[in-house]
Amino acid sequence: MDMKKTLKEFTKGILRENPVFVIALGLCPTLAVSVSLENALGMGLAASFVLLFSNLLISAIRNIVPARIRIPCFIVVIASFVTIVELLMAAFSPQLARQLGIFVPLIVVNCIILGRAESFASRNTVFLSVLDGLGMGLGFTLALSLIAVIREFLGSGKILGHVLFESFPPATIMILAPGALLTMGLLIGLINLITSRNKG
Amino acid sequence: MDVGIILSIIISMVFVNNFVLSKFLGLCPFLGVSRNIKPAISMGMAVIFVMTLSGLLTWLVYRFVLLPLGLVYLRTIVFILVIASFVQFAEMVILKKSPALYRALGIYLPLITTNCAVLGVTVLNIDTFFVNGKSLPGGLVLTLLQSFFAGIGFTLALLLMAGIRERLDLADVPKSLRGVPIAFIVASLMSLAFMGFNGFRF
Repeated sequence: MDMKKTLKEFTKGILRENPVFVIALGLCPTLAVSVSLENALGMGLAASFVLLFSNLLISAIRNIVPARIRIPCFIVVIASFVTIVELLMAAFSPQLARQLGIFVPLIVVNCIILGRAESFASRNTVFLSVLDGLGMGLGFTLALSLIAVIREFLGSGKILGHVLFESFPPATIMILAPGALLTMGLLIGLINLITSRNKG
Repeated sequence: MDVGIILSIIISMVFVNNFVLSKFLGLCPFLGVSRNIKPAISMGMAVIFVMTLSGLLTWLVYRFVLLPLGLVYLRTIVFILVIASFVQFAEMVILKKSPALYRALGIYLPLITTNCAVLGVTVLNIDTFFVNGKSLPGGLVLTLLQSFFAGIGFTLALLLMAGIRERLDLADVPKSLRGVPIAFIVASLMSLAFMGFNGFRF
């Protein structure tokens, strides 16, 4: 297999087919945990872990699973890895687990993971699926971090807990629910603007 | 059980902690099915139905199977399976018993399995109504109430959004903001309005 095509499976998730901004999947956790960069990185890492291993396992068993019950099978595989992440996070980083709260078990229904299982891992080799999982996970983490940096900077005047400005009060609204939706809307709008400029 | 608790659950689920606008659960159907009012109503009904019964089923499974056997850590896997099989079952029953209802709800039912609001409400029920591995008194009733009104809150947000988007079609929105981005901005303003309900304290 030629190198360039292989590499493409990895890089497509980062920009061209970014799961959050381009395909608009996995929105719920993206908006809910992007309050601070720390939470965003934790969530991104957890989701990437699940994505990588579920892609790996699903592509490995893709020829054994009957087509009609494949979705329930995929869900069980994904839910198992999510449970592993839940237990690991509760053991090694209880504070992060508390902050992400309900959104850790909800990785199960993150559409990105089931979407990749169905549209990629169930049709491709293990190697390519692992690359796809890594790329998509990285793309998700980057998108999440971008939103989190904007919101944490404007909303609490900090990045990763380091205070950046104190001379005026930060706009608390940015770390609340409306700020998340507004940031997301404007970012997608900006990306649309840039892509349409580049085309025309 | 005192009425205050019931009232506070209702107001919290419908307004203060509205699933869509303040907890970001169920955003995909919120953006996907809110173009017109009619499908939004069907979707809302389907979500209320699935949420209430999944809330009930998962509570029973957790209380009578997972807790006694000490399998609490299997919660996520078991709940998603319960929800998925319940939705599949409901789809078959509705198809058999009421083709008219199936036409109205049918295509929305499978979508609901991966709606994070449903799994969200079941996990939330367990987190709030079980303390140290023991069910609170009246836990089942509270669970039913919380699940049902979470569905009502979702439907309320969905209907408001659908109403706004029907009018938005006639508005002159900048080209790069059309579609999803403007929907997010509208949702942001709605969520700002819903923050006003934070003033309710019990």
